[in-house]
Amino acid sequence: MTAATTTQALVSVEDISLSFGSVRALRDVSLTLRPGEITALVGDNGAGKSTLVRCLSGIHRPDSGRIVFDGEETKFSSPEDARKAGIETVHQNLALVEDLTVWQNLFLNRELTNPLGLLDRKAMKREAQRMVSTLAVNVPNVTSTVRRLSGGQRQAVSICRAAGFSSKLVIMDEPTAALGVQETERVEQLILKLREDGHAVLLISHNFAQVMRLSDQVWVMRSGRCVAGRRTAETTGEEIVALITGAKQS
Amino acid sequence: MSATTLDAPPASPAQARSQRLRDPAFWADWAALVGLIGLTIVFQSLNSTFLSSGNVQSILVAAAILIILSIGQTYTIATGGIDLSVASVMTFAAVVFGWSFTEGWALPLCMAAAVATGLLAGALNGFIIAKGKIPDFVVTLGSLSAASGLALILSDGKPTTVISPFLLKLSTQGIGIFGWTFLLALVLAALTHVLLFNTRFGTHVLAAGGSAEAATATGISTARIKIAVYTISGTLAGLCGILLVARIGASSPAADTTMTLNTVAAVVLGGVSLLGGRATIIGPVLGALVLTVLVNGLTLVGVSQFYQPLSVGIVVVLAALLMRFQK
Ligand SMILES: Nc1ncnc2c1ncn2[C@@H]1O[C@H](COP(=O)(O)OP(=O)(O)O)[C@@H](O)[C@H]1O
Ligand SMILES: [Mg+2]
Repeated sequence: MTAATTTQALVSVEDISLSFGSVRALRDVSLTLRPGEITALVGDNGAGKSTLVRCLSGIHRPDSGRIVFDGEETKFSSPEDARKAGIETVHQNLALVEDLTVWQNLFLNRELTNPLGLLDRKAMKREAQRMVSTLAVNVPNVTSTVRRLSGGQRQAVSICRAAGFSSKLVIMDEPTAALGVQETERVEQLILKLREDGHAVLLISHNFAQVMRLSDQVWVMRSGRCVAGRRTAETTGEEIVALITGAKQS
Repeated sequence: MSATTLDAPPASPAQARSQRLRDPAFWADWAALVGLIGLTIVFQSLNSTFLSSGNVQSILVAAAILIILSIGQTYTIATGGIDLSVASVMTFAAVVFGWSFTEGWALPLCMAAAVATGLLAGALNGFIIAKGKIPDFVVTLGSLSAASGLALILSDGKPTTVISPFLLKLSTQGIGIFGWTFLLALVLAALTHVLLFNTRFGTHVLAAGGSAEAATATGISTARIKIAVYTISGTLAGLCGILLVARIGASSPAADTTMTLNTVAAVVLGGVSLLGGRATIIGPVLGALVLTVLVNGLTLVGVSQFYQPLSVGIVVVLAALLMRFQK
């Protein structure tokens, strides 16, 4: 890695390791994310992708190594810290509360209050409507509960939340894994829209066609290690598969 | 809703109403109110003194403690927990009140001591649940026993008479048919309703109960929420300790075992999900009124006291069955 790429990186993960008891989920992982790009992270199930994401979003703390975000070493002790720094995450298991409404979910732990300290419901609903419409998300009504939404609509709400609040980096952990063809297409449009709007995106996906279509950079993980990195324009789906399975060494 | 209704011309209000009335979910949401109205009609037709102002007044006063405890219980259940220690903590707080009263403390100090006792007991419950990562019902089952035991130890097993003109007024007077204690319960219900639906804290309570994982991912500390809701429940139980002393004119270490169950019953009757994440305050308040009306009405129409726990049990199970239709 040259000095030039390090300085222009939005995120640089440097030699982080994390074990859960005897499971070494991450082993000396290093990678970088550039601003304004869609970076893909690929690898088999159990490779450690979600664990890496959780380190970036403040849920886990690496045992060793460091994460530099926007020029500063991060010391996130909670997801709150990561969100404050400008990292929003769309988790694999959809971190929405089903019994709350769309607007309540969009503003969860970011609630607007009036000078009395009471919730400003009107302002939140209005703002939620705006967030939803600027991303051209087909959510029926921001006052309906998430329980009533389809998988694609839920994913759209999650992405909407991540895109709002002036986040610098949006992490998406398998955002289209549970979606149909049309819904997947819509979510892909959203991801491209995020890049257009200047957000950096870290995309985890098992869909190689999708990775090749959307991303600018691909990192490959295998058994807790980051084994290779490629510019998307300079690689092929076959090469990525070979790197994932270990048929090809980097 | 079926596709045919979409094509049909807009339903008249009357049609829409009858359709809603045939929807079991509607009845499930309003089980407590329906029960309250139904019981009132039944008891009034059996005994015309049921709706007399005197009897209504005594029902409302008798309901006050159950309402306040049920509000606290609602908060713990909204997070997916349960506070089995509410009645014991109330008893312990009452005994602390009696003890400090006999020690010659000023009345406001005795009252503060009772409330503080409840607050500490609740905070301790919440702290052990949150930090010790022990299931809520195990911890509060332990404190149920511990608080009853402390009440016995502090009082030496004997009741203490508390004679106070202020407490007498509190329990016997009020505005019109609304006794002070019932009015206090209403004020607390209004405040806790605003807390639940109009503050960040309330939203976080529902979020933590609905999905602890999702709440945590947005940076909400579910541990802090747990500690807060058990502290609320304990504090309200401490307050009820004072009301209990005012009502019986003495503090007694005798545990009221059915009271805790009745708070859970009131919450269930009120349509609050035991799984957490969905709650109202008005529901459990109505639920508490239903249970109080049931006991009062049965006594009034001359049914033996022995049938009361049985009837409460039947009503609660029926309500729970109805809840299955909830949306
Ligand atoms: N909270 C946890 N506790 C214990 N083991 C975990 C935990 N999270 C992940 N792991 C383990 O770490 C490894 C990597 O998991 P994960 O990061 O979810 O993989 P991926 O998202 O790439 O499929 C797996 O072996 C998984 O079982
Ligand atoms: Mg994963």
